[in-house]
Formats: sequence, structure tokens, C-alpha cells
Amino acid sequence: MSVATEFAATRGKREAGAPVVTASDLAMAFGNRTLFRDVSFDVKRGEVFVILGGSGCGKSTLLKLLIGLFPPTAGSIDMLGTDVLNADSTQREALLTRIGVMWQSGALFGSMTLLENVMLPLEAHTRMPEEARQEAARIKLGMVGLSDAANRLPAEISGGMAKRAGIARAMALDPPLLFLDEPSAGLDPITSAGLDKLIQELARDLGTTFVVVTHELQSILAIGDRCIMLDKDAQGMIAMGDPRDLRDTATHPTVRAFFRREAVD
Amino acid sequence: MAAEIAPTASPAPPSLRRDGDRLIFAGRLDAQAAAALWRPATEVRQAATGPLTLDLAGVESLDTNGATLLLHASGTEAAPKVEGASAPVAAVLARAVAAAAAPAPQQGARPLSLLSSLGAGFFGALRGLQDKITFVGETAVAGASYVLRPRGVRLGDVLRHLDEAGTRAFPLTILLGVLLGVILAFQSSIPMRQFGATIFIPQLVGVSLLRELGPLMAAIILSGRTGSAYAAELGTMTVNEEVDALRIMGIDPIRMLVLPRLLAGTIVMPALALLLTLMGLIGMGLVMLGLGFPATATINRLEQTLGVGDMVGGLCKAAAFGLAISLIGCRAGLAAGRGPRAVGDAATGAVVGGIVATIILDGIFAVVFFRMGW
Repeated sequence: MSVATEFAATRGKREAGAPVVTASDLAMAFGNRTLFRDVSFDVKRGEVFVILGGSGCGKSTLLKLLIGLFPPTAGSIDMLGTDVLNADSTQREALLTRIGVMWQSGALFGSMTLLENVMLPLEAHTRMPEEARQEAARIKLGMVGLSDAANRLPAEISGGMAKRAGIARAMALDPPLLFLDEPSAGLDPITSAGLDKLIQELARDLGTTFVVVTHELQSILAIGDRCIMLDKDAQGMIAMGDPRDLRDTATHPTVRAFFRREAVD
Repeated sequence: MAAEIAPTASPAPPSLRRDGDRLIFAGRLDAQAAAALWRPATEVRQAATGPLTLDLAGVESLDTNGATLLLHASGTEAAPKVEGASAPVAAVLARAVAAAAAPAPQQGARPLSLLSSLGAGFFGALRGLQDKITFVGETAVAGASYVLRPRGVRLGDVLRHLDEAGTRAFPLTILLGVLLGVILAFQSSIPMRQFGATIFIPQLVGVSLLRELGPLMAAIILSGRTGSAYAAELGTMTVNEEVDALRIMGIDPIRMLVLPRLLAGTIVMPALALLLTLMGLIGMGLVMLGLGFPATATINRLEQTLGVGDMVGGLCKAAAFGLAISLIGCRAGLAAGRGPRAVGDAATGAVVGGIVATIILDGIFAVVFFRMGW
């Protein structure tokens, strides 16, 4: 099935800057199975950019390509001025200090307290003294509302707290670009709304650019400045633009169904 | 008079100056700045007699690590007195101030006194023992009910575990068996030669292998390979809540998960022990050949010494070891905790427990066989 990609005008809640991520003609295949192809987009400084789509369309895979966990079958990625696929080890190391990733499960280290988890990147990449690292980590945990849980182990906190701690750790080095993998998945609406609010505040106050992978409709509409939508059947991108415009004006059947929470025949 | 505290040599580096009760920051305040200026800021704060005003007019950019430095320098986690901050800098600082004002972390529980620790340890061990006895009892009941009503244990599972614990362990068993026989024969040949008793090496090695070392070495192989695998597999299932799901579906996890493994472990151990013993005897035979004794002499010696009782005794021991190792491995897996270390701890517990249980059982068998005159 070939359906034209849906593009909607971008309103943009915040003033968007120059691109910090430019993905060109990305393709990914596992053996003979093509997951997606011809995926191109750019993420502008200071915006919350959402990668959305149904289960199995390749959202998380696209995120892993962007952060360089494995290479795409084809295409190129420019991130913060670095060619991700052709970067040497020095360039890659420098890039890694300028991005943060929150994993779907939080991926906190179980043998460390939340404070130690957040201090870890500071220890690895800065020369801040111990006291400064502790203070900075405590402030990061305070920003995500976890000050009082700083001395607890990951096994002692809830899933929502683990995700917030994951964001605090991702922010440890104050990177200009944060990737969040399914931040609201499996959370109750109140916790989920709290996370959405946190993302908006961080984008507003710290000027952080967010790339968020999610299929939580309410989160997409609440936080997304722009989005792209991937589709399993189309093996690629079927929409790009402001999620609210896509919700109101989309004509592509899958995009309409997604935003209206309708079943597709 | 302003006092230069940090140098300002390279282009727009972060800097800190004190001018009376004013702290003048400039440049880009980030993690690198926090690293460079933390000590000067500490010194300034310690020297200050009253509240300090932060002059941020020269600050180009501020992130939360830089804000941490500012709060540290100001000596207060409440809103510091700030002048000249641009709107973005003020916003970041305000956010850091709000975060720093959040409730302090809860203190962990106070460590127990020595007496309380001993008591807690004792009762913890008692509870652990109770859990183990309960598990053995539950397994015995499930086993007995299976004998009466043989349903719920899938033959395919038993065969899979027989394959994994048995046939896949054969190469390792063969290798270790041959090496063990060779080593025993060589080691014993030195003192035996002094007494002109080299011809008795087959008897010595044969009895050792058949009655003792064969089952014991096979048990160590089973414990290391299979006991740990059982614990890891069931531990992962426990962590993934698969065991809870079975219980909720009304399926007894002991019958479905534990009994097939127990059956496989108990059946496969005598086979492993026998294989290891045979290979050990072959290894010993090769050494005897090297020492100038023909194979017929070695076989004759073995025939004269080894009886069916030795073999039956060894195989009974092996079956008991297999049962104990499987039981301990399964129990370690099902009792696994929920954290990321749970599976590793379960596997370690299975191997250590399996080996300890094997040695204890071996001691019990030695006493029993001695009493029986076997």
C-alpha cells in the first residue's frame, strides 16, 4: 500500500532554532524484513520532537539508530554538528557528553542509590569535586521531585519514580539534547501528566531539546511541538508536523485512526 | 577593591571575583565551571561574614551544574540575592533554587546493635530453613500426587531437561573422567612402586572411582552446569512474574517447573557417574599400559576387586546427589528476589548449596555403607 505522507503545518509553541538533529533517508532492515526506509526529518533546537506510531513500527529502533547504538542500513545522521555514523571515537565520546537518554525502564543501576546513579555521569565526565557532584545530583533529583528518595535503591521505588530518576540521570551533564524512550508507558494518568509537565518545564526553563518516543496520545498532544509518525505497513514515515494539526486535519487513514483512537479495518 | 580569585585567560572562561559583599561571576557556568570554581567559591563563602550578593551580569549561560555552583557560593539554598541576571539565567537559577529547597532525603534505617544483628541473623536463618523444609515438603507432596495421578508433568519438558543436563554434559564428563583416571593412576603409581605394588593400581583407582570419585565428580559437574542453569532459568521466570502467572492460572509451579527438572536430574546423574567412572578406568588403563601392564592384567585386577555392590552403591549415591542438586537449584530459582542481582544470587546459591549438599550426603552414605558392611 502506498499512501502519500501527511504533512501538517507546524505551529510550534516555542520558538524553534537551528536543527540539532538531521536524519536523512534512514532505512533499517533486519535480514529480508524492512522495518522502515526513506525516513528524513530534523529536530530543531529547543523543541519537543515526538516519534510516534503503533507497536512494532520501529520507533524505539529509530531512537537507537539516532543515538548510535547500531548503524542504519542506509542514510545519515547529523547530531549537534557531528556525523554520528562516521564519527571517530573522540568525536563520539564528546557527543555522548552532550546527549542524555532516558530508557524505557529507567535502566538505573540496582546496586547504587538514586543519588549515586545521577552522580555517575558527573564522575565519569567532569572534574567536579565529590561535594559538588553530590549537590548537583541532589538538585537534579529535586527537579524531578525525587529529593526525598535520593538515598533509596532502584528496587525500592515505583516505575514512575524510576522513570523520573532516569530523566534526572540523563540530565546530569545538562545536555542540550535529551532522548526519552516511552516516558509515559505503563504509568497512571496522574504520574504520566506529571512527567509531561516536567518535560515542558525543562524545555522551557533549560532550553533542552527533547526527542521523545511514545504512542501515548495524550502525552503527544500535551508536549509535542512537532512529530513524525511511522507505520509498519507503509514501512516508513506517514506523517510529519504539529500533532494537534495532524489530529484535526489528517486525511491519511492510519494517522486519522491513531489520533482519533479508532480501529483500522 | 575587587579580588581576582580565578584566572580569566582563555576566551570567555568562567570566572569568579569578589568585590566586598558581591560575588561577580562571568562566562559560561556549566559542569566544567563548577569543577574549576568550586574550591574558590568555597573559600569565598568561608571568608564571608554576611550574606553575599551574586552579580550575574557577565554570565553568558547557566545550566543546573552551574546553578549548583552559584547556590554553593551564595551559602544559602534559599533564594540568593541576585543582580544583573538575564531572563534565561534567572529561570535556570530559580529552578535550581526550587529543586534545592525540596525535602531532604530520608535517612536509612539505623544499623542494628551487635546483639540485635545476631538475633536478626539467627531468626533469618531459621526462617530460611523453614522455607527450605516447606519447599521440600511441597515438592514431596507434588511428587507423590504425580505418582498417583500422572498429569501436569509434560514429557517434552523432561526430555528437554534430560538432554540439557545429560547428553550435552557428556563431552565434559568424558574429558574429566579420562583425566581423572590418568591423574589418579600416575599419582598412586609413585608410592605403590616403592612397595612393588604397581599391579594393584587398578584396584585402588577402580574402587575410588566407582564408589566415591565418579559420583562426586559427576555431582560437581551437574551442580556447576545444571543446578546453576535451573536456578537462573527459574529465577528469571520469577523476576518476570511468570511463576506468579502460573499460580494465578491455578497451575502448580512445582508440578510444572520443578518435577520435570527433578526427574531429569535424578535420572541423568547415575548415567553421568557411570560414564565418568568408565572413562576414568580407561584413563587408568592407558597409564597401566604405559607402565608396562597389558590390558588383560588390568581388567583381571578390576574383575577381582569390583563387585555389583560397588556399582549399585555408587549409582544410588549419584541418584541422591542428582535429586539434591536439582532440588536446591529449583528452590534457589523460585526463591529469587526481584532486583537485577536476583538471578546471579540464585545461581551462586544453587552451585554452592549443591556442592555442600553433595558432600554432606556423601558423608551420610559413607556412615551408612560402613554400618551395612558394604
